[in-house]
Amino acid sequence: MTQNDPLDRERVQQLMMAALDGEISADEKRELDAAIAAHPDIAHEWLRFKRVKEVTTGMSLRTPPEETWDHYWQGTYRRVERGIAWLLVSIGAIILGGYWAWHMVEAFFETSDEPLGIRIAIAALVVGGVILAVSVAREKIFTNRRDPYQKEVIR
Amino acid sequence: MDTVTPIGESDMALVRRAQAGDRDAFGLLVERYMRRAYFAALSLVGSSEDALDLSQEAFARAYRSRSTIDPERPFYAWLYQILRRLCFNFLRDRRTRRQTLEASASWLAEDAAHRSGPDPAEALAREERRRLVAAAIEGLPAREREVLALKEFEGLTYKEIASLVGVPIGTVMSRLYTARHRLAQALEIQR
Repeated sequence: MTQNDPLDRERVQQLMMAALDGEISADEKRELDAAIAAHPDIAHEWLRFKRVKEVTTGMSLRTPPEETWDHYWQGTYRRVERGIAWLLVSIGAIILGGYWAWHMVEAFFETSDEPLGIRIAIAALVVGGVILAVSVAREKIFTNRRDPYQKEVIR
Repeated sequence: MDTVTPIGESDMALVRRAQAGDRDAFGLLVERYMRRAYFAALSLVGSSEDALDLSQEAFARAYRSRSTIDPERPFYAWLYQILRRLCFNFLRDRRTRRQTLEASASWLAEDAAHRSGPDPAEALAREERRRLVAAAIEGLPAREREVLALKEFEGLTYKEIASLVGVPIGTVMSRLYTARHRLAQALEIQR
């Protein structure tokens, strides 16, 4: 590859990565060396990458205290238990809340002498609240159970 | 890629036992992969407390969904999908709340082999470099950071990374290129 050769930069970038990470073949290495020899900007970039690789190779993730692992599984299992408990509490609260709301509305309509418009508005408010609660609960329960890892959001 | 330890059962056998209701079998899977999951989370979120929390949550979700695991497929690859989604969502939420990472960047350490001599000036310079590298990695977009961490801290091959992340090898390489390019820029600017 000479200075006048059309340079496939994406290819060279991949070759540089492969060379840094020891995943380059002999032929690819020759191709990379030729690109580095023919293009000063590639040679400059290659040196920068080698420096970055040197720095990151000398780093590792900090190891936590050994006690961290002693109760790891118990901690995980406690989460599972609490998850089930929260689910049951939520279901109970929704049923009781719905039952209570139904009776409130029923009593209100039986005894109230408010205008019809107000009564309809209150009924709509209560029914809407119940639908909202059920919808949120259903989303929480079914999203976690059925679709544990599809709802990925990246910004 | 079924893992078998000399004294233990294969992942496949443990998954089958866990699906049959054996809680202890799942506990053995947790013990087998807890360190790897923790470090994967740590490299993504940069906080030991959050990494512990997120990795445990990933196992808890995996336990709840254990009936859907295919025992023929690698357990960790399945778990990793849950873990990375949790970490990415965590990063998104943290960014939304404008929280910052641990100020000391204490999630990253310098290998003993790269340290030399007790010279205080040299130690200070090394500490400064560690902080720069940590800050530069923290500044990377999550997907680039993930690939860089899997390569540099887990030492996986491109093929293994592609399989875990679910992208072609070419994408792994281009993400690595962009990540390293950004790191080089960050290190030069701050030098």
